[in-house]
Parts: sequence; C-alpha cells; structure tokens
Amino acid sequence: MSDAPLLSALGLTKFFKVGGREGGLLHAVDHVDLSIGRGESIGLVGESGCGKSTLARVLAHLTPPSAGQLRFEGVDIGQIPERRFASRPERARIQMVFQDPTESLNPHLTVEGAILDPIRRLLPGMSAANAAARVDEVLDLVGLPLAFKPRYPHQLSGGQRARVGIARAIAVEPALLILDEPTSALDVSVQAVILKLLADLRTRLGMSYLFVSHDLNVVRLLCQRVVVMYLGKVIESGPVERIFAHPRHPYTRALLAAVPDPARRDTRPPRLAGSPSSPVNPDPRVCRFYGRCPIGTERCAEDMPNLRPIGAEHLVACHYAEQQKGLAA
Amino acid sequence: MKAGLMRATHPAEAAAAHGVPLLEVDRLTLDFATRGGRVKALDQVGFTLDRGQILGLVGESGSGKSVTAFAIMDLLDQAARIETGQIRFTGIDLLARKRRALKELRGREIAMIFQSPRTALHPIRKVGHQIEDVLRAHSSVPPGLRRQKAIEALERVRIPDPARRYEAYPFELSGGMCQRVMIAMALSADPSLLIADEPTTGLDVTTQAVIMDLIRDLVRESGMSVLLITHDLAMAGEYCDRIAVMHAGHIVETAPAHLLLREPAHPYSAKLIAATPAKAASIEALAAIPGNLPDLRQPQPPCRFSTRCERHRPDCDQPPLDAARLGQDHLVLCRHPL
Repeated sequence: MSDAPLLSALGLTKFFKVGGREGGLLHAVDHVDLSIGRGESIGLVGESGCGKSTLARVLAHLTPPSAGQLRFEGVDIGQIPERRFASRPERARIQMVFQDPTESLNPHLTVEGAILDPIRRLLPGMSAANAAARVDEVLDLVGLPLAFKPRYPHQLSGGQRARVGIARAIAVEPALLILDEPTSALDVSVQAVILKLLADLRTRLGMSYLFVSHDLNVVRLLCQRVVVMYLGKVIESGPVERIFAHPRHPYTRALLAAVPDPARRDTRPPRLAGSPSSPVNPDPRVCRFYGRCPIGTERCAEDMPNLRPIGAEHLVACHYAEQQKGLAA
Repeated sequence: MKAGLMRATHPAEAAAAHGVPLLEVDRLTLDFATRGGRVKALDQVGFTLDRGQILGLVGESGSGKSVTAFAIMDLLDQAARIETGQIRFTGIDLLARKRRALKELRGREIAMIFQSPRTALHPIRKVGHQIEDVLRAHSSVPPGLRRQKAIEALERVRIPDPARRYEAYPFELSGGMCQRVMIAMALSADPSLLIADEPTTGLDVTTQAVIMDLIRDLVRESGMSVLLITHDLAMAGEYCDRIAVMHAGHIVETAPAHLLLREPAHPYSAKLIAATPAKAASIEALAAIPGNLPDLRQPQPPCRFSTRCERHRPDCDQPPLDAARLGQDHLVLCRHPL
C-alpha cells in the first residue's frame, strides 16, 4: 500500500431535511472519517437505517455531502457538483455494484448493451473495436459465456444478473468498487460463487473494495478491515480478525453475538433490546447508543465519546472500551 | 367455534397420549400445471414433527420448502395437484377430510407466519383489531374479552406497552415489531403447530436473534411445535432440534441438527454446508455447489442430485431409490452416503 490512501473522507456528513412542524435534520452520516488504501477491502456493517448505504452513495459521489472533505486520488471530489462529476475521469475510477441485480439492470438493454453503456459514457476516447474487445474481456472475467451478449436481463438467472452487474462496474477499470449488499438477494450456493468471484477479481485487478453488508460472515471472508456504523456514526473500526475476536464497543459485541451460530445452541447471549433512537436532530452530547447500551452511564448522556485508538489500527468510540475486556464477546 | 368440536379432548393431547407424532407428512407427491408442462414440485416428501420440537426445513429457493408448508396449510395454488401422500395431523389425514371441516383445524390448531410481516398485515387496520379478528374466527373467547386477550397476546410476544401498541397501525411499527404482531396473531388461538416461513428474512441480524429467541422461548413455555422454513443453515443449526434438507422436491436428509451439521451423510447436505459463509474459515474454504437445480418439468432420475453430484455412480440411476436409515433418527436419500 502506498502512503497516500486511495480515498479519504474527513468529517464527511450527510444530513437530510425532514418535514414536521419544527422541521429537522436527519443525521444520516455524521462526521465520518474514513480512508481506503489501494487494494484494500473494507467492510461497512450496521443495522438498516444506520447510514451505511447513504455513506456508500456519498463516497461513490452519487449524492453530494452536506459537509466534510472527500478526497480521491488526491482530488477533492466532494466539491465537484455531481452533474459535472458524471463526466469527470474520476467517475470511471469509482464504480458501484448495487444490491438487487434484477432492479438495477435496465430491462431494455442486452448484456452487451449494459456493459457497453458505461464504457461509451465514461471512456469516450475508446474506439468501438476496443470497446467490443473490452466487453468480451470482462464477460470472461466474470465467467459469463460470450453467447450471453444478446440476452436481456429477464433471460438470465439471479446469479447471471449479478455477474452482469459486476461486469458493467469493472468494464471501466475502476480503482474503487463500492458494493452495496451485492449478494443479499442470492441463494446460498449462488452467493458462494459470486463471493469467490469478487475475491478473485480483487486480486487479479488490484481494486479496492468497500463492501456494504449486513452479513458479518461475508465481511469476515472478504474484507481486511471492518467499519461499524451506528446511527450515522462510525463507532468501531479495525482489522477484521481483531474486531471479530475482540470487539470493544458494546454495539459491535451485540451485533456479533446476534450472528446465528450452531455452536451457540442453548446459550443465551445478551440481546439488544428496543430499536435505535431517532436520527433526527440527535443531542450532540449524548452517545448515540445510549438508552440501548447495557453499560450506559451518566457520562454517556453528557459526553459523546469520540473515536479513539485502542490498539493497532483499532478505533472505538466508547468511554468504557477498556473495561469490557473481561466480558465475554 | 361450534359446540366444542374438538376442545373436549384437545386433539394434540389425545394424539400425544397414543404416541402419534403431531405432524406426519407421508410420501407427499404433487405437481403444478404450467404452460411449459407439469412441474414435479414435490416427490415422496416425508417427515415427522413431535410435540415441543422445532424442525428446520432447509434448502435453496425452488427446493419445495414453501410448497410443503402451503400443502399443510391448504394454501396451494389452483394449479397444484396432489398426486399421492398423506398429511397427518395428530393422526388425522388432512387431505382425506372435507375442506370446511379442516378450516376449523387449520388456523386454530395450525398457524402460520410469513416473511415480510409488513406486507402480511392489513395496512390500515389497527394491529389489536387484527388479533381480535383471529380470536373471532378461531376461538371461543366471548366478544367482551377479546380486547383483553389481544393485549395479552401482544404481551406474550414481549411487546413493550401492549395496551398502547394495540392501537397502532402496522406502518407505525418497526419490522421486528410487525413480526412480533404476526406471531401474536398466530399464537392467539393457542395452536399446537406453528409454521414459520422464513420469519426473519429482511430483518436485521439483531432483530432476527430476538425473534428467534422468542420463538424458542414460546416453544418451551407452551409445548407448541414449530416447522421452521429457512435457507439459513446456521440459523437452523442454532435453533432447531432436527433439520430436514430439501433439494429439488426431495427430502434428501433428516437428522438431529447437531449431527446433520457435523456429519452430513447426503452429498448435497455437505455441499450446502460448505457453501455457507458462517461455516467457512476463509474465502478459499467456501465452496460453491456445482450445477443448478434440475428442470422439474423434465423426467427426473431417481436421485435428483445425480447430475450435480461428484460421487455419482451408475447404480444411482437405478430405481427405486428409498431413504436409508443410518441411525435412530437419521435418514438419507442416497445409495452412497458420505
């Protein structure tokens, strides 16, 4: 990994105005610092509504940040209006694979058309012959026969559609691939194939991955680093092995304890009660996890914990991260 | 309920006294008429479920899990035709009885919850009233007590502040809360069998854990049985007593959950385990299942896994193929088990 990260976000924030008498600001992404190294694979996890998909969309520059800095390959892309960004060379360098391949493929485009479309738009200098060769190349990379080129999405299986979604994204040779739950709509056997394909593509093409997922096992298999979000905030991040073996934030512990595991039969890990508090105008002094947290002291209600280092590359936002050492994960 | 039709002797209790399993699906074979021909969706499907047990029905989409549940609940599509087999509930063959007589049994004795609870609930009816609808249809609770019973049902599924939530509409509740309401509805008539079809799909992993803990607790409290339909082998392993693995309309293996996960005998069960991220130590260890589900409109060999199976031998294609007993509670549909 070179010194300068591929992408770095500093205080990245995305608020949405919401209705109501007083109106309010929904803190979807709230002052997130994040860097993605070249060739690195990062897993972004958290419950639905925690802001992980919004963060992915802001990082992909599909939606502009409300505040904060977003640098990609040295360029502050956060400042570029997204209309103009669509025709910038950086657009090709950051690509996204969406959740449901059935929903995200244009039903009127053939496999060939779906893959050619981003090439034509984002690499206008490429000749037609080279573009056609590129289509064949990426089809081969994702393991689809060339005979599939004239087919439409409805003539494909779920796994084949997922492959087209990946082929389309890698056709313009991105340096960063942002994957938003790419396998959640797939059956377990197809999921295994696609996960192995993604792992293989990353090594072969040297891309970086930001892997948004609610499935912690998938993140464990595919990522080197994991970032845990809760209500718009990053609450813990670090190397995958370390976080899975020694989670320090009480929320990360609860998340890991909720992953089904036959070995845990008949045990009673503590469960998270209730649901997250409102993301609209949250009190800036109160820890976002307060109220649901099994620790939750007066201090947590008066002094929002910031992310701080607790070990090599391991950051956690909890006043009591050290004191939980004795607790079972 | 009409004049104590079955309440005098609770059928489940009567059956337990005679050592009859609560639910027996016996050589159930059914197909669907489609424009492309008859789809042989289930072939000789059989399993038993005892009182107070959770049986996991596990397999990929298209394997026949939901069709089996729908057959038990009489929710099958018009295009479905049951060719042979029996579905015995407390010894009574449900398929041999008149529909109207069975309607009473299903709903009160057998209840079902579905995935995506938000769409399964009536969107503009208060959840409390929806529970009362069930009580009206399937219980002898007098009208004046129904509200109280509905609130108790919400309390039983650990919904905080049940009297207030009684007044809520589904859109005011989270997905996890909606699923609890569904469970409360299903349990309000005290069924002896709950069929749960992917009850936590679409819910967060933390909510999933709470809902599954709740289902397990309710089983222990009431002695009810659960048929849990899921594609998640790890979840079945954590919560089920026994697991039945389905592939292409066959039950290929039935065993106690821990045994099935530790020592699968059917090649398909082993492949399914190897493809599950929860069981893989690394991405290299994760292994895809070769091939695809066979086209069930075409004539099938005795073993429907044979075209995908690495252990396939010539005698695999010799009919008939019957389930072999490997242990007291371990059945496998394979001539050459692992």
